Amino acid sequence: MLGTWIFLALVAIVIIWAISAYNTLISLKGQTLNAWKQIDVQLKRRHDLIPNLVEAVKGAMEFERETLEAVIQARNQAVNIQAGAMPTGGVKQLAEAEATLTAALSRFNLVVERYPELKATTNVGQLQEELTSTENRVAFARQLYNDMATTYNIKQQQFPWSLIAGLARAEQVELWEITEEKEREVPKVDLSFKPKQ
Amino acid sequence: MTADANLFAQQKANRRRSAVLVTIFVLFFAWIGFGGDLAFYLYTLPVDDPDAPGRAEQAYRHVVPWFGIGATLLGLGMALIAWHRGPKQILWATGAWELINASKPEEKKLINVVEEMAIASGLPRPNIWIVPDKDPNAFATGTDEHHSHVAVTQGLLETLDRDELQGVVSHEMAHIQNHDVKLMTLLAALVGVMALISEGAWRVMRFGGYAGRRGGGGRSGGGGGRKGGAGALALIVLVVWLISVLIAPVVSRLLALAVSRKREFLADATGAQFTRNPGALASALRKIEDAAAPTRAIKRGTAHLCIADPLGRRVSHKQGFVADILATHPPMAVRVARLKRMAYQYERTGVLPEAL
Repeated sequence: MLGTWIFLALVAIVIIWAISAYNTLISLKGQTLNAWKQIDVQLKRRHDLIPNLVEAVKGAMEFERETLEAVIQARNQAVNIQAGAMPTGGVKQLAEAEATLTAALSRFNLVVERYPELKATTNVGQLQEELTSTENRVAFARQLYNDMATTYNIKQQQFPWSLIAGLARAEQVELWEITEEKEREVPKVDLSFKPKQ
Repeated sequence: MTADANLFAQQKANRRRSAVLVTIFVLFFAWIGFGGDLAFYLYTLPVDDPDAPGRAEQAYRHVVPWFGIGATLLGLGMALIAWHRGPKQILWATGAWELINASKPEEKKLINVVEEMAIASGLPRPNIWIVPDKDPNAFATGTDEHHSHVAVTQGLLETLDRDELQGVVSHEMAHIQNHDVKLMTLLAALVGVMALISEGAWRVMRFGGYAGRRGGGGRSGGGGGRKGGAGALALIVLVVWLISVLIAPVVSRLLALAVSRKREFLADATGAQFTRNPGALASALRKIEDAAAPTRAIKRGTAHLCIADPLGRRVSHKQGFVADILATHPPMAVRVARLKRMAYQYERTGVLPEAL
């Protein structure tokens, strides 16, 4: 009799644990996807902003066409890749495309700095603040996503949770890793542009 | 990842420490509420002494802790009022206006920075307010994360650069994420209730003493006839309780201040986690400190919500016991030093340090 009760109690404990572990994984998955959506929103914002910015400076910067085209091209490529990217695949390619765009944009910003009258006469100053903010938003969304994704990845691998992971359809998600070389290109560009002035 | 794990561990420790303080606060409140009842309960215990005259007829026994129940209800009521009206009242008192559509570049910048921090913290975007005051300062208020407000002074917008502004806003958002705005709103209400009870109790006692003298002290005579035991215990409890009631306003304020100081360090650390840029907040704190004229628009009651003591009290400079327990904020130099240390280690190792 007592044995039966103990057995039933154990079964109950296991079931309760399984339910709560399942819910934990599902909620982590939801949070990860939400963080990903946040990145998506901010990237879209970034991609929408760039044509406006280019349009605003085009007239004054006719002879900087290369820089402008590099930005536009990087932007279009990033838009294409973004359409197919999901946490479970394509994060790396998107991260690379966005890093290329970041590099192009910082080159662009340096060039804009050489035209002080642009900031004074047009809404370029305003657009640049928007751009700065957008860059930050992307960075912070990325940070939040990486934190969430790491927690999610580790949780579904850890021992008792890993038993439930299949049931909760938990999959490893890709982190948004900054491609070091691309981000480091920026200061080099800074140097190469200075002698031209 | 390790950076976050460390930070989370450190935040947990910080949280535990302020949880202890809050528990002490609640226990103290319970003692103020129910201690008097305990004294009266002991005082009106039936005595097993058949010779004592009139014992059998002693009708009243203080069993239901009316006083404690009353104090609890009062506390709940005040907390409820503070919950619904507090944040709006605070904002109203500072003369702040809500920033909805930016008309100037720096206003747009502020909106952008707040939205960035909302993304970094994963919180909904708080309402943004601007306090028309030349002194740089900022505070957060509200109840839960969906009803929260971040207010900065005009002076702050003019003094700080973008990164520093981000640091300050991250600190305020950290207050929201750590439930500090909720905690401080409720603690302020409890401090108010304590003051009220203390005041009320003294009035009753003065009046009671007067009536007692006039009435020839009939009841106290009965109590005096009691022998040892419960009577003495009742007296001790009563005296201790009366002293507690006397010092309640001071003690409760000091406890609230202690909680507030703990939360400042925590908010600095959490804010650094949002921006990954502790150095910017450190330099913002420096600039705020250098400009430390009193922020006139912000009154005493709101001081604990601000990023820096708005009263311009130089207490925040001095270190020492008295200065420490009277300040709403930890000494600025200590905060800056801790942030600098975080910044230095983050730069060297790419990992935010565990201990603050």
